Amino acid sequence: MKEHLDLLREMVRIRRFEERCAELYSSAQIRGFLHLYVGEEAVAAGVMSELDPQDAVVSTYRDHGHALARGVPMDAVMAEMFGKVAGCSRGRGGSMHLFDASHRFFGGNAIVGGGLPVAAGLALAHAMRGEPRVVACFFGEGAAAEGEFHEVLNLAALWRLPVLFCCENNQYAMGTAFAKEHAAGDLALRASSYGLAAWSVDGMDVLAVKESARRATESIRAGGGPCLLELRTYRFRAHSMYDPERYRDKAEVARWRDLDPIDRLVAVMKHEFTDDELGALEAEVSVEIDHAVAIADAADLEPVTDLTRFVTSEVTP
Amino acid sequence: MKTTYREALREAIRDAMQRDDRVFLMGEDVGSYGGCYAVSLGLLEEFGPERIRDTPLSESAFVGAGIGAALNGMRPIVEVMTVNFSLLALDQILNNAATLLHMSGGQFPVPLVIRMTTGAGRQLAAQHSHSLEGWYAHIPGLRVLAPATLEDARGMLWPALCDPDPVLIFEHNALYNLSGELSDDAGPVDLTRAAVRRQGKDVTLITYGGSLAKTLTAAEELAADGIDAEVIDLRTLRPLDADTFLESVRRTHRAVVVDEGWRTGSLSAEIAARIAEEALYELDAPVRRVCSAEVPIPYAKHLEEAALPQPASIAAAAREVVRGG
Repeated sequence: MKEHLDLLREMVRIRRFEERCAELYSSAQIRGFLHLYVGEEAVAAGVMSELDPQDAVVSTYRDHGHALARGVPMDAVMAEMFGKVAGCSRGRGGSMHLFDASHRFFGGNAIVGGGLPVAAGLALAHAMRGEPRVVACFFGEGAAAEGEFHEVLNLAALWRLPVLFCCENNQYAMGTAFAKEHAAGDLALRASSYGLAAWSVDGMDVLAVKESARRATESIRAGGGPCLLELRTYRFRAHSMYDPERYRDKAEVARWRDLDPIDRLVAVMKHEFTDDELGALEAEVSVEIDHAVAIADAADLEPVTDLTRFVTSEVTP
Repeated sequence: MKTTYREALREAIRDAMQRDDRVFLMGEDVGSYGGCYAVSLGLLEEFGPERIRDTPLSESAFVGAGIGAALNGMRPIVEVMTVNFSLLALDQILNNAATLLHMSGGQFPVPLVIRMTTGAGRQLAAQHSHSLEGWYAHIPGLRVLAPATLEDARGMLWPALCDPDPVLIFEHNALYNLSGELSDDAGPVDLTRAAVRRQGKDVTLITYGGSLAKTLTAAEELAADGIDAEVIDLRTLRPLDADTFLESVRRTHRAVVVDEGWRTGSLSAEIAARIAEEALYELDAPVRRVCSAEVPIPYAKHLEEAALPQPASIAAAAREVVRGG
């Protein structure tokens, strides 16, 4: 079924793209921070599949999966990783700050919680113009300890702003386990206490994510006010390329790897899909990544004389 | 017509709301209460609660919401009650408003205006009285304005809203009751140039905002002593119009900077440095600065007065550079 195939392709694109990024990091073609989304692909693929082009997305510093699933071209994302002018942020942002106005992708925000107020404002503009748009705002469970989470959930519920809050609970705020950070364990309950609809979802099951995103976006578009999904997921790899993972044991990682969202969807699809077709999908993704790497490698660096461009706008008021 | 600084600000908001339906005002108590300093009094009745929007006490959320609305086609005016409270939204102002355009490679301008009260003089003590506009003037990507006259109170808002980038407007609390004559056809003003508020030939006094009136008073005292002071109102704190004060200093050969901010690491330090970089050999005396004492601004009237630049201290500094103390 095409819907399953599309979701699978999206998750495989993200997975293989990031695996290639890790290699490119080791060979020093990518620098800075690199936060991989491996294991969490079902969240991006499932939520984005329910958004329209005119909707808007606000992301975090772990944004590759969001950008790719939103449709930001892989060439432009990879060129950004390489710090090239062909990158989706002209090489100004890097891994943590992917932007694409044409896909209404308002950026990877690397201040934890910093995107939530912006998402509220994007939604306020939609609401004031009477447009039935949704703003999908991604953040981690670590952000639920920031003041902005509380301020914005209250504001969004108060003004019934059309925001889909997507809390990606990957169990660790960098290296701090959920139980060491949150006195009360139920994020959906916490969110619902602000007066908005909120529920938890198996974030390792892309079909469950998609179904919840469908329900939530339908409600939001119909004027039902904001929703929050707590998407329970896990990152299989380290927090960043500098993380020795002292805070969790291998058995825990292995248990979550058994829930790999790609494997689970493949299992669901086993009667729809032959191994050859799976191989073909992998080959197609591999070609796309090779192409993106070649483009990024060959792309120009922005001239240093452009350093101060875009500090302010180039149009005269 | 006879008007006040407060009324001129209100008229500027009303005019902008009438000109452009993308413009709206939001902040704490801007609606039913009429604004903490009564700037927006009556606007709720005129424009309704969608466009005169009371917010919860959530500075980061509503300033960030202004950023998001600006990114998405609106022209918000966000009122923050006082500059000390703006620190609760500093992350949004610095890490988003001032940064998104550059970090996105030019894709996401933020046409947002944030107004806030600044300054001391009303015995409001240390958490309502500081002058932190110099901090904001440190940040690339922001335009920082300090209207000190009725004309600028009336005229700075519209060009600020037309600016595709974020603009911060600092209203000194001592100015709201300033009254005087304003032309009936007063309208938008130039945001790029400092203004010479008093012409003189012996010394250049460089100031802005709430210190302008004190500096002009000092200039009159100096005139009685036979010292002819030129007074420059910076108006725009970022980007600085250095040409205007440098041209003046090259004529007078002496400069005093008056800034209600603290001295260390301040806007006054920036101006003194620009003079040193560009006009050192034109100077007949070292640059002097009159700033607030480096203390949290205290409540007691006599202590607060002692902490702030005053006409007497400004005049004393000017005499020192003119006559060698």
